[in-house]
Amino acid sequence: MNFDFNEDQRALADTLQRFVSREYSFERRRAIRDSTAGWSRDVWQGLADLGVLAINIDEDYGGLGYGPQETGLVMNAAGRGLLLEPYLASAVIAPALIRRTTSADFQEQWLPAIASGEAVVVLAHADARSAPATELGGNLSGHKSVVAHGGCADLLLVSAQMPNGDTGLFAVSPGADGLRLRDYPTLDGQRAADIIMDSTPATRIDAGGALDQIEAALDIGLAALCAEAVGIMEATLAATTEYLKTRQQFGQPIGRFQALQHRMADMLLHLEQARSMSYLAAMHCTGKDAPARQRILSAAKVTSGQACRFVAQNAVQLHGGMGMTDELMLSHWFKRLTTIEMSFGDTDSHLARFARLSRAA
Amino acid sequence: MDLNFSPEETAFREQVRRFVSENLPAGIRHKVLNGIHLEREEHVQWQRILHARGWGGVGWPREFGGPGWSPTELYIFEEESARGGAPRLISFGLKMIAPVLMAFGTPAQQQRFLPKIMAADEWWCQGYSEPGAGSDLASLKTRAMREGDCYIVNGQKTWTTLGQYADWIFCLVRTDPEAKKQSGISFLLIDMKSPGVTVRPIITLDGAHEVNEVWLEDVRVPVENRIGEENKGWTYAKFLLGHERTNIAGIGIAKRELARLKRIAEDEGRLDEPLFAARLAQVEIDLMALEITNLRVLSAEGAKKAPGPEASILKIKGSEIQQAIAELMMQAVGAYALPYRQTDVGPDYAANLGAGYCNLRKLSIFGGSNEIQKNIISQMIMGL
Repeated sequence: MNFDFNEDQRALADTLQRFVSREYSFERRRAIRDSTAGWSRDVWQGLADLGVLAINIDEDYGGLGYGPQETGLVMNAAGRGLLLEPYLASAVIAPALIRRTTSADFQEQWLPAIASGEAVVVLAHADARSAPATELGGNLSGHKSVVAHGGCADLLLVSAQMPNGDTGLFAVSPGADGLRLRDYPTLDGQRAADIIMDSTPATRIDAGGALDQIEAALDIGLAALCAEAVGIMEATLAATTEYLKTRQQFGQPIGRFQALQHRMADMLLHLEQARSMSYLAAMHCTGKDAPARQRILSAAKVTSGQACRFVAQNAVQLHGGMGMTDELMLSHWFKRLTTIEMSFGDTDSHLARFARLSRAA
Repeated sequence: MDLNFSPEETAFREQVRRFVSENLPAGIRHKVLNGIHLEREEHVQWQRILHARGWGGVGWPREFGGPGWSPTELYIFEEESARGGAPRLISFGLKMIAPVLMAFGTPAQQQRFLPKIMAADEWWCQGYSEPGAGSDLASLKTRAMREGDCYIVNGQKTWTTLGQYADWIFCLVRTDPEAKKQSGISFLLIDMKSPGVTVRPIITLDGAHEVNEVWLEDVRVPVENRIGEENKGWTYAKFLLGHERTNIAGIGIAKRELARLKRIAEDEGRLDEPLFAARLAQVEIDLMALEITNLRVLSAEGAKKAPGPEASILKIKGSEIQQAIAELMMQAVGAYALPYRQTDVGPDYAANLGAGYCNLRKLSIFGGSNEIQKNIISQMIMGL
């Protein structure tokens, strides 16, 4: 048993942390956030040049063939800097799904393009309740809701129910006929889109069992999300510790007050438990036994989600009025942590799923 | 990063598992698995079985006759012992005074005391807390005055766990009342049969006799029974508290009790209730995370010796989890948790659940209360 990262992994983490602190100042991020696209092609190219877009792609397709641990290191650094680029969607989830689902030709066409940063590929899976996506005669109709980074995709991978009741996975061009895409900012400053399709031409790319493969790819994304949360919580806790040491009230640093010290200890407990579960999630997210894998991923999401809530809320609380302002990074970490808790299924839904899977096990 | 145990560690786990299942007396196993208090003789019996196997000095290095296990092997041993229903080892001799003797004792003290600890020939208890010195331990008042080759000790110790069984007590005493708090303290080993030692039971809220008051009235203690130097006792005390914190999370016990909780909840049909199921899921998830956190601390500890302030994280979460399990177990049987010391009312497994819940409230209080642990975390880890 060994919890250390190896030399290559540490080098990767260092490189990315340097990149983020160099390229992603608070002001730069704000400018990128407020731009029309809401993300930066330049930053994206920079990430491609570092090789981090290629992490989850096999060497046969121009990738590095790394795994969840390396992805976690990237997500940790990306989380600290609150990168707005579609890393999780296009460089983690999409490659995992394409590799599991599609033909060699399709992989040849898209994986190298993802690795080099030329193409952004996004999975659109969650349906609006009012109009779930369906397929008929090679065309898709229906409504996909709050698709993270759906608006910047060069290619959408869309799940839809087929006439036989199975779920299929389809490649859809964002410019295809009958497709309306509504792009908007989310709470955390990132972008998402609602995608409304009306007899939109689509190409089926799976060979059966798409739903299982989508869930498998999303579990890899969920493990990455847990690692991102750890990075943000580390940064949040460090900033709050610093604030408690410098902010003076009643003639002393407020960090001398035991009520605040104990709150900080509770935050650290949450962070360390979430870190442990993010390691466990990284180890198990590629597991073949779906119920066993999902049980652990749900446990990780519960731990992470509860930690996100607790750390975010109390970091703002301990910063007092300053915690409420837009001008500190803290409030932006708060919003991303809140978003993470609400993404990929919230804490309660994963708690219920864990209970169900534990009982069946 | 590799979260798997090595093949050697897995083989060791198998070996411990087999040993426990083949050698643990059924009567002891039954009591442990059902939360029934053990008698002194049962603890002694199990320690002697371990000793006969060469495992008497759990956690000890080879040079003192221990098995020389790594922190991970020790963890595996504790986990498998708990799983198989073996008694929790009584730590006062094995894990508290023994490491102090090894680090600071004279060869004569080591030879006099260590073999008898390993063979369960002598039972030790801890004389740290006093009525006026709990969390603020260094404010202790028990006085030791030098008189020739002896100290004359007067004072009162309290919360002395299983002191009613003890042959020896290790005590913090004040040898220099003029010195600043921590610097006037010495560390003495006192024979419980000495004239002037009186043990009085303290009955706890569950009706059990686990802890005691120990009164010391003009007790004569030979100077040769002092550990290390006079007035340096606080150093040894802190060293001991560091060792008290290994296996502090109690992962093995928590896993065993969680399995018991699940059986009871299933039997009682509580798993169909979403709120109960969610609370159970929560504690199971917390334990899953704590197990990894514990292994992280162990793995970091490999290089160092005693666990650092990170052990406070394990203490807090470990105690909270064990308390939550006990609480849910009591809740699972509803009103059948209420009959007191009745074995013929309700399902068999319900008999001790109310008392068990009450008893485990101690976990967040002893060994440094969870509030003290939070002080340690915020001050030692976070630098506040």
